[in-house]
Amino acid sequence: MEKTIRFHLNEKPLEVSCPVHWTLLELIRDRLGLTGTKGGCREGECGTCTVIVDGRNVNSCMMLAVDVAGRSVTTVEGLERNGELHPLQKAFIAKGAIQCGFCTPGMLMSAKALLDANPRPSRSEIRKALSGNLCRCTGYEKIFEAIESVGAGEIFDVDDGVWQAIEQVQKPRD
Amino acid sequence: MKPFDYYEPTSIGEACSLLGELGPAASLLAGGTDLVVRMKRGVSEPVGVINLKTIPGSNEIALEGGNVRIGALTRLADLAVSPLIRAKLPALALGADSVGTPQIRNLATLGGNLCNASPCADTAPALLVSEASLQISGRQGTRQESIASFFLAPGKTTLSAGEIVTAIIVPVPSLLTVQTFIKLGPRKSGDISVVNTAVSLSFDGGRCARARIALGSVAPTPLRARETEAWIEGQEASSIDAAEAGRRAAEEVRPISDLRGSQEYRKEMVSVLTERALSSLLQKL
Repeated sequence: MEKTIRFHLNEKPLEVSCPVHWTLLELIRDRLGLTGTKGGCREGECGTCTVIVDGRNVNSCMMLAVDVAGRSVTTVEGLERNGELHPLQKAFIAKGAIQCGFCTPGMLMSAKALLDANPRPSRSEIRKALSGNLCRCTGYEKIFEAIESVGAGEIFDVDDGVWQAIEQVQKPRD
Repeated sequence: MKPFDYYEPTSIGEACSLLGELGPAASLLAGGTDLVVRMKRGVSEPVGVINLKTIPGSNEIALEGGNVRIGALTRLADLAVSPLIRAKLPALALGADSVGTPQIRNLATLGGNLCNASPCADTAPALLVSEASLQISGRQGTRQESIASFFLAPGKTTLSAGEIVTAIIVPVPSLLTVQTFIKLGPRKSGDISVVNTAVSLSFDGGRCARARIALGSVAPTPLRARETEAWIEGQEASSIDAAEAGRRAAEEVRPISDLRGSQEYRKEMVSVLTERALSSLLQKL
């Protein structure tokens, strides 16, 4: 059984037909070709399949694709703006928060959902928000540091051939 | 995943009719965090999947008279941060916040957590101590059932063919009530409870007028430690021996040994968790 669904993917309206027994992860990767989102454990433990649906981070492996009808989905491909990486992506690179990279798309999406809801999270809020994303390389500290620095308004980029903090954005304290 | 027929009812009545027609070959889809995984593993192979999320208005939390009414499709993440739930039913907010991971809590629903009837469901103990009831719709109309009698065995409830839980009704505790919930698992996130417990104490004139202790993952269904509750009731707050209450609660449970913990370990942890929960509440007074 197939069903046609309409939803927004990375801010663009989309109409697509897919089997009703497909997960959102299958639709994103296998039909739409957006392979930034990874399939890891495929049962909600590892978080590498994390995408944002209507502002919330969810496991795309545990959701039927038909469930995003009428909703707004953001994948890691939706983070960049005009060919520029998102500040979170730049911070991950600058801080060494990426090693093998397999968990990174999910980490970025959980981090984005956190910062969108809570622009200046504490370390413990970051740890909790990322608790559904496993990383076997970094030991998490670099990932938490990267998110914390974006929360604190630091902007990273390549300067003189080296990734470094190039700007400090003043964020209002609440 | 094995293909299935897919239905999007727009009312509870339509969903009940569909469920009645399709019979046990149909599965209800709420948050999907259990059903989708079971279908992928081939443990569940429904012929039809009925998506309840297309029914409007089943995910609201509201104060109605002396009760909090929680729509069955309320997501656990919403329950955990709801100001009303945190103020009136703190054990439920804590229990909801203990299930799975942030991503799972953004999908999973209260109705789904209960209808799976897992002995370790983290929202069940809080609802047991608050003596919640479930609003159930079927083809013959609606009925209300106490959560205390709803669970029959792992994966089994009193729901009969064609019945759907639509809301959870929780009486607001009296003003002098303190509640908490503690979960024990190997990891802080994403794990299944080895033991979980909710405790609710209500006081009147310095004495404990109502004590409720519920424990999960220690019997085929979540259960109340009724003898320990009765032992606490009537005592003055300052004289309640939390350690003795813990020892008594451990005598009331019937855990099994499995890969997450042995029977002996679980009993010991019932004692520890009950004592901890009681001590933390008594300190708050």
